Amino acid sequence: MTDPTLKTTVLNAAHRALGARMVGFGGYDMPVQYEGVLAEHRWTREHAGLFDVSHMGQAKLTGADAIAQFQRFVPGDYAALKAGRQKYSLLLNESGGIIDDLMAGKPDHDGLYIVVNAGNKYEDFAFWRAHLSGDATLTVLDDRALIAIQGPEAAEVMVAHEPVLAEFGFMDCARLMLFGVDCYVSRSGYTGEDGYEISVPAAEAERIWNTILKDARVKPIGLGARDSLRLEAGLPLHGHDIDATTSPVEGALTFALSKSRKDAADFNGAGRILKELADGPSRVRVGLSVREGAPAREGAEIADADGTVIGVVTSGGPSPTLGRNIAMGYVPPSHAALGTNLKVIVRGKASACEVIDMPFVAQRYHRKPAA
Amino acid sequence: MHFTRDHEWVRLDGDIATVGITKHAADQLGDVVFVETPEAGKTFGKGDSFAVVESVKAASDVYAPVSGEVVEGNAALSSAPETVNADPEGEGWFAKIKVSDAGQIDDLMDRAAYDAFLATL
Repeated sequence: MTDPTLKTTVLNAAHRALGARMVGFGGYDMPVQYEGVLAEHRWTREHAGLFDVSHMGQAKLTGADAIAQFQRFVPGDYAALKAGRQKYSLLLNESGGIIDDLMAGKPDHDGLYIVVNAGNKYEDFAFWRAHLSGDATLTVLDDRALIAIQGPEAAEVMVAHEPVLAEFGFMDCARLMLFGVDCYVSRSGYTGEDGYEISVPAAEAERIWNTILKDARVKPIGLGARDSLRLEAGLPLHGHDIDATTSPVEGALTFALSKSRKDAADFNGAGRILKELADGPSRVRVGLSVREGAPAREGAEIADADGTVIGVVTSGGPSPTLGRNIAMGYVPPSHAALGTNLKVIVRGKASACEVIDMPFVAQRYHRKPAA
Repeated sequence: MHFTRDHEWVRLDGDIATVGITKHAADQLGDVVFVETPEAGKTFGKGDSFAVVESVKAASDVYAPVSGEVVEGNAALSSAPETVNADPEGEGWFAKIKVSDAGQIDDLMDRAAYDAFLATL
């Protein structure tokens, strides 16, 4: 029985027809798996996986002051962002903590198109509405579904439907007609693979989902594999690996801090963030390769070689691609160097692990050569 | 074979009970990636957590369906945890326990009662 307090996406019936096992996630009744997490994970790494991510929040921020207002709370340079490009960024509180992570871009000539996490979307939208001033209007696009296709065959599959998609490079975005309807599309995703995220009118979602699924290279993929794929790609999950207490420096997300914005120091939390950049943070997110024993999951303690607890795992589990256990978590910078030998403590047993570079599995984004 | 509401099974042979998790439990877990079985000599009371089974997503406790002393944990599961999915009520057994009170078996469900219980879930 479905929990009646859960919302559904417009693809709920399609998931059930495909035999999905449904779970509550981010307030929505979502498919955790269809065929099985391992098979779906491997399929996405080898072919193309189709994901319903309609639970995520989509919005437009428009008006003459939209970008200036947006930039008060995010550390990326969106004024300089070219039309047709998007950028990963962070919604920051006054103390530099990460309220949410997000993708924002310029798919058309009308402000920013923003995608935020499902579990945070109402909080995010309320934050924007409370803090925006001047000529800046937030419009929540709750009449849209969001479909992601990811994997080495994703581009071939999609270009067969819509040849224009071949022209996109990683992080390119546009608003255009696809499958006969008004879509926002970007070449991006959350698996480390090449692929696209496509925002479609809700009423057209099931038709487009089924059209893409007809290709034998495509299988539906649940949230279980989405999580193991993003873990291998070293990508943090908000609410687990980053939250309102962690800064972008602690979260190892300094790439999201644009140089011009650091120089101007004009965004929420800039004081703390610039201080941490200069002096170092007290903790930092690292990748761990767990050499033995059980998977180290969220909440497992991290100890130094002497057994003194120095940190905690925020995500972890088996890597289907690597065939061993991996994790990410926070340790002091003194223990964050690549190659540092540490221990993770699972059910009272200490297992040897080593700090290694992320991503754990190489990303395969479709980056266009610089023009 | 007898069953618990937590989806363990137990098969009694003399005073040795072989225990594991049911096909329903294995199917619900999905791909099993790690199993921690108990060492010989450990004692458990009925209902105690005596083993851990992990899917890609999560770790779950396995509870002793009867009280007793472990005479053997299924060491083969450490290198082949997928056996739990392939043959949960056979080769995928977790432990053999020397039962301290064979009468505890009578509190458990038989196959027909367990199937009826599954139908209510």
